Amino acid sequence: MAEPLLEVRDLSVAYRTDAGDVVAVDRVSFEMARGEFLAVVGESGCGKSTLLYAITQLLSPPAEIAGGEVRFGGRNLVTLDGEELRRLRWRGYSIVMQSAMNALNPTLSVEAQFGDAMRAHGPAGDEEVRARSEAVLKLVGIDPVHRRSYPHQLSGGMRQRAMIAMALLFDPDLVVMDEPTSALDVVAQRSLMRQIKDLQERLGFAVLFVTHDMSLVSHYSDRLLVMYAGQVAEIAPTRVCFDTPLHPYSQGLFGGFPSIHGPRLPLVGIPGSPPDLLTPPSGCRFHPRCAQVMAHCPVVSPDLITVGDTEVRCLLYAPNQGRPEGAAIAAARPAAAPVEVVT
Amino acid sequence: MRFVARRIGLFVITLWAALTLNFVLPRVMPGDEATAVLSHFRGVNPAALHALQVEFGAGTNQPILSQYLDYLGNCLTLQFGLTASRTPVSTVILQGLPWTLGLVGITTVIAFILGTVVGMIGAWRRGGIFDSLLSPFLFILTTFPVFFIALVLLFTFAVALGWFPISGAYTLATRPSLTLAFVGDVLAHAVLPGLTLVITTAGTWIYTMRNNMVGSLSADYVRMARAKGLPTWRILLNYAGRNAILPNLTGFAMQLGFVLGGSILVEYTFGYPGLGYLFYTGTTNHDLPLQQALFLFYTLAVLVCVLLADFVTAWLDPRTREA
Amino acid sequence: MAVPAVTAEALPAPTAAGATRRLWTSILRNRKATAGLVLLGLIVFVAAFPALIAPGDPHAAIYGQQEGPSAAHLLGTTQVGEDVFTQLIWGTRVTLIITVVVGLLATVIAVAIGVTAAYIGGAADQALSLFTDVFLIIPSLPLLIILSAYLQGSGTVAIIFALTVTGWAFGARQLRAQGLAMRTLEFLEAARARGERQTWIVAMEILPNMLSLIVASFLGSAVYTVAAAAGLQYLGLGNSGDITWGTMLHFAQQNAAIESGNIAWALAPGAAVALLGTSFALLNYAFDEITNPALRAVRKRRGRAAA
Repeated sequence: MAEPLLEVRDLSVAYRTDAGDVVAVDRVSFEMARGEFLAVVGESGCGKSTLLYAITQLLSPPAEIAGGEVRFGGRNLVTLDGEELRRLRWRGYSIVMQSAMNALNPTLSVEAQFGDAMRAHGPAGDEEVRARSEAVLKLVGIDPVHRRSYPHQLSGGMRQRAMIAMALLFDPDLVVMDEPTSALDVVAQRSLMRQIKDLQERLGFAVLFVTHDMSLVSHYSDRLLVMYAGQVAEIAPTRVCFDTPLHPYSQGLFGGFPSIHGPRLPLVGIPGSPPDLLTPPSGCRFHPRCAQVMAHCPVVSPDLITVGDTEVRCLLYAPNQGRPEGAAIAAARPAAAPVEVVT
Repeated sequence: MRFVARRIGLFVITLWAALTLNFVLPRVMPGDEATAVLSHFRGVNPAALHALQVEFGAGTNQPILSQYLDYLGNCLTLQFGLTASRTPVSTVILQGLPWTLGLVGITTVIAFILGTVVGMIGAWRRGGIFDSLLSPFLFILTTFPVFFIALVLLFTFAVALGWFPISGAYTLATRPSLTLAFVGDVLAHAVLPGLTLVITTAGTWIYTMRNNMVGSLSADYVRMARAKGLPTWRILLNYAGRNAILPNLTGFAMQLGFVLGGSILVEYTFGYPGLGYLFYTGTTNHDLPLQQALFLFYTLAVLVCVLLADFVTAWLDPRTREA
Repeated sequence: MAVPAVTAEALPAPTAAGATRRLWTSILRNRKATAGLVLLGLIVFVAAFPALIAPGDPHAAIYGQQEGPSAAHLLGTTQVGEDVFTQLIWGTRVTLIITVVVGLLATVIAVAIGVTAAYIGGAADQALSLFTDVFLIIPSLPLLIILSAYLQGSGTVAIIFALTVTGWAFGARQLRAQGLAMRTLEFLEAARARGERQTWIVAMEILPNMLSLIVASFLGSAVYTVAAAAGLQYLGLGNSGDITWGTMLHFAQQNAAIESGNIAWALAPGAAVALLGTSFALLNYAFDEITNPALRAVRKRRGRAAA
């Protein structure tokens, strides 16, 4: 892979509570290339939003980064000096939050909020702010006259797109999105996703997209990262992950979608519930719910194992420890293709 | 526009209610207040007597409705009759007005600014030393009655330490003038009463402000502001602060009723010759015309402030305009 | 193998008995609440048994005039020679009675008007709200002074009446707000679906859940009344025959007690008023904390990992 845009290495986040530390993100590692669309999926409570805020350095007490690095543009954001970090914000990477109604200041106009961001990073005259505001609004398909509007005057979909417009003010290299479609209806969701993909192709930024709606994102993402109980369970190119998931958890996740065209099959869910992160299960965190659990799963904590173009945290595929079927699958996998996104 | 109309409507209705209360009460109360007041007036100029009669409806054969209309007319043209010492009520009120206006006006502004800043800091450094000391401190300030704080200050700084004068708005023997010396004298006399009012007014406001700030600081738009790389002061002011203050501006104005009540007690304690002290002397002299007029003035003051607060809120908070 | 779930399950609909029991345990565990109860208990004791603490006659003007504190007179004497300490102790009863009676009356009126407005809705609600707003805006002390002026000579009852008239509006507004919020709660829908009668619903489901707000309303009224009653009496509008803390303050101020150094007389009644107000305020804050957990002292307890 060419020099990655974002490198996350062994990132851990803990919530300091009276009852002890809850490790919401446990030694997560992955990379992103320029212009790549990486989707992070998982159940509620798996730590994906926390991961997002940790990467963008937006955690609030009692959550704090407990270890690891986040390398962006060659610099480690975790240890970056306050002022340098502030200068990097929004210019290098920006964020789109889940609810635009809550993320936009209700007492300031759209243009004023754009202007705030612009003026935080250098002098910007009124004319400049106006011009740039109109430009980004046009980008997302909003009539520029709405720059004077207040958030409550826009429809839900428009608000979300206004947030995206704001995220693109400085033409960043990476846009991080936290479930931006969850608050919208199905039609608006599709429309927004298409718009995001279109913008990505035009402007070339990378997208880190957190969602629990796997079917929606699978049409647009290049790679999929499945999280479980604060850890990376599986990372693979989207189609590969969706069609042939390796981790028993992913299999349960993707197996849960009935096909309109295919034969009728009984729905197979995943029994049990996500673990309490204050006292997570020993060994592999998924073992209490796993249909393919082996004798040593409760004992050994698996690392991420490379299986062709997939990385999976499961002992099934561990050489010498896994099952023969696992080894067979591993042998059958094509080698990892270099992830290059043509812009 | 509808918002403006509604607020003005409330203003007019409340004013009307206060006026009517003043009209109705002497006519329904047991006891003979009217006669008692009238008895003060024995052997005095008949025009004043007549005015009083009209005011109380005593000794006239007018139907009540025309009495009411006469009364309303008088009030709106600021004819409030005469005081017990036979000076026009309006003259007396105008003498006391500037002192109260100055005292209450300035202390309210100071209390508001102080309350906002302290509340913001307390919320920003929530759980820190400042904040944890703030709570018990504030608690004392807001639960101790105004007159107690006034008396304590009076004793400590005027009597025991002798730093400030005990009473009055200025040293009685001097003539009012615009010299520096006189202004200094006035300020010296205003410190203790002013301090009392600032302490009691700021107390509740700090508490409200801090709690609101804690709420708005945890909002997503504040996290968004951080994400954009905005400087801290800007986040506190335009994002957290703005959203914390605006919904409560009207509430702050409504508290003014308590502030004004407190100012009456403060003026009494410090012998400060404002409207509050007048109110007090009015009660000892059974001076109903004066008391009624003062009641109306105080009500009007609160109404005007509430209306102002409503307009400022509408100006700064775009959501209210649609309501 | 079931593992304890992280996600919170929906809480069962609150019941009347359960709510009351939970309330009691929360009260006893809260420091402010215990402090307030102890303080209030002390004052109630003094009000109930004044002779045990100060066996003299508060009206007896037989001692030396305007003396400072001494062994014989813990808080000195008044300008006509009464013992200040005795007056302070014996004055507790009337003060407390006024406070409690006004608190109860004001709260009853507030509940009646506030809850009615919330449930009837429509034009009646608009009218009642307007009525409440008018009384909320009209400044209380000036209104109190006017009312007392007209009622002079009717003594303690007059004060109670005046204080009630000015004290109910705030509670009414809060109760109406909560009433409106509760109208749409699901467990009420469920009760209606079960076919329970309207009044039954109000009595058994709603009022117990508003209990905390009603109690808070009472406490708030009490805090207001303590200071307002004393303030009125301080200005000289109380029943001068009665001995209360406020009237003591009035006479002290009239006789320049502070200036002549007899600060015990001037400040002690004020301190007593402050203490009584504080006890109710402590209870009020404690109730606020109990019913609104967000206000509790910051404890870093967000155990569930956010998704």
